[in-house]
Amino acid sequence: MSDIRNFTMNFGPQHPSAHGVLRLILEMDGEVITKADPHIGLLHRATEKLAESKPYNQNIGYMDRLDYVSMMCNEHGYVMAIEKLLGITPPLRALYIRTLFDEITRILNHLLWLGAHALDLGAMTVFLYTFREREDLIDCYEAVSGSRMHATYYRPGGVKSDLPDSMPKYQPSRWHNKQEVKKMNANRQGSLLDFIWDFTERFPRCVDEYETLLTNNRIWKQRTVDIGIVTAERALQNGFSGPMLRGSGVAWDLRKKQPYAAYEHVDFDIPIGLNGDCYDRYLVRVEELRQSNHIIRQCINWLRQNPGPVSIDDHKIVPPRRINMKRDMESMIHHFKLFTEGYCLPAGEAYAAVEHPKGEFGVYLLSDGANKPYRLKIRAPSFNHLASLDEMTQGHMLADVVTVLSSQDIVFGEVDR
Amino acid sequence: MTDLKHISSLIQERYADFVLTSAIAHEELTLEVSREHLRSLCVVLRDDVDLKFEELMDICGVDYLQYGISEWTTTSATSSGFERAVSKEGHTVLTWNKPRFAVVYHLLSITHNHRLRLRVFVDNDPLCVDSVTDIWSSANWNERETYDLFGIIFQNHPDLRRILTDYGFSGHPFRKDFPLIGDVEMRYDAQQGRVIYEPVSIEPRTLVPRVIRNEHPADKEENV
Repeated sequence: MSDIRNFTMNFGPQHPSAHGVLRLILEMDGEVITKADPHIGLLHRATEKLAESKPYNQNIGYMDRLDYVSMMCNEHGYVMAIEKLLGITPPLRALYIRTLFDEITRILNHLLWLGAHALDLGAMTVFLYTFREREDLIDCYEAVSGSRMHATYYRPGGVKSDLPDSMPKYQPSRWHNKQEVKKMNANRQGSLLDFIWDFTERFPRCVDEYETLLTNNRIWKQRTVDIGIVTAERALQNGFSGPMLRGSGVAWDLRKKQPYAAYEHVDFDIPIGLNGDCYDRYLVRVEELRQSNHIIRQCINWLRQNPGPVSIDDHKIVPPRRINMKRDMESMIHHFKLFTEGYCLPAGEAYAAVEHPKGEFGVYLLSDGANKPYRLKIRAPSFNHLASLDEMTQGHMLADVVTVLSSQDIVFGEVDR
Repeated sequence: MTDLKHISSLIQERYADFVLTSAIAHEELTLEVSREHLRSLCVVLRDDVDLKFEELMDICGVDYLQYGISEWTTTSATSSGFERAVSKEGHTVLTWNKPRFAVVYHLLSITHNHRLRLRVFVDNDPLCVDSVTDIWSSANWNERETYDLFGIIFQNHPDLRRILTDYGFSGHPFRKDFPLIGDVEMRYDAQQGRVIYEPVSIEPRTLVPRVIRNEHPADKEENV
């Protein structure tokens, strides 16, 4: 009888809990992991290289496709880097709108994460619950940008347009009669802000529902407590950021420490974990859902009281209004120049970082004075998190790899770029 | 956030031997360091109690081959579209007289809440830098990525393999002389019953030419 117990196992890239296209080469001692070697790059699209061949504004759309569950936060990092080099500041209303949508995005991201994480661990219901709420928020995306996912809503100098006064409404169909449609449209009668306000009224109770299913659930705790522990020191060494770092007990949040957009005007707390295990990271993210809800309400109150411009007035950077293009020669020239050539950035370099739902999303922009980036480097939080998967799964069982992986909140759009 | 000038002078004071130049632009501090002193500087940046750069956020390779080269020039109007004025070689607007490659490190101090950028220029022969993996473990994958995309070798890296490109890929795709559309394309060949690679069949095309304008919106005040 053979005595060999070590073997190598291939995990993914077509595995439902590989969160996209991760291929893991696992070296196992029985059912215990001795080494995990992630093979990434199956979704590599060379976004950074593509960006070098496109004018600045045409790249905003590529940013959405990096981390495709927190679209607007990616755009935010990119437009902030451009604004830094151009030396422009958007109007305060645009900053509040960005804050509002960053937090909507954070909830979107955390809801998807929570649903997928629970699903990976065998809890089916949570996924259905979280997608119910995600639907409303994706409708908000659609209302401002016309797109449910890849919004391209943030622009250098502000946002694409002001918040709409009305929400799109459901129409009667074969599946929903007039009565039902009336009920479905009940909270869509007012403006977008009214709709989001209605959402924030409901949402804390929804989070309670998720927590009822999970937080004190015996099976949930058995699967997550003390799994994938990262000490604060190791978290810093491994370049962690966002909920991964806070889960390990480091109170670090760019929204507080290096405030951008309107974060210095809003009140919120940053939750931190104690043990740095999967359960703590879960608790941190769930609390972030509640805090984001709190920020959104403050933004809505401010936005309701302070109408005003949502982008700067410099038509060398922001396209002029269409109505002016029809009447005014100069506006027409600006429009033509912007859409055929774009605008040039002064030579120089800038690094802009935002507190993305997954961690620090940084954009390093190097310009030589042209209308395209000379070099664009995207610092994706998940990249560093996935890099420490080997360390985090050391000595755990095979089933825990899935737990650790999904508690890292990996999205391959940004790992592979 | 700590004042950048303060950090800059502090570094100049204590570690002047390691630093070539230091500059502050857009509220960011950039240090240029020579290859020989990179590791010694990194260690003190991490361990000095007044600096404490515990986190290495990012490593980025840069290829300066086409820096400051505009590919579009025209004086007269024609009817043949903008491609008439696109020159493949380009004409130089800014001259670059430093080495072709650079590696850029972004550091962050959680304790003092400040950031720093380190830049190391790499001469072509040999194209290598010392690895900082043992100083910050997060350098591991970032260095692999820079190696993969630019071909810069990180000496004493524990596991320098390609990371983002395909198994068996040749070339370093983020170099400026690597075409955007790549060198090879793949398809399924029914006769051979497998996927095969062939040289690319599509022509590269410029959609929006690269233009360098001297008048930038940000300098407008100075020019007036």
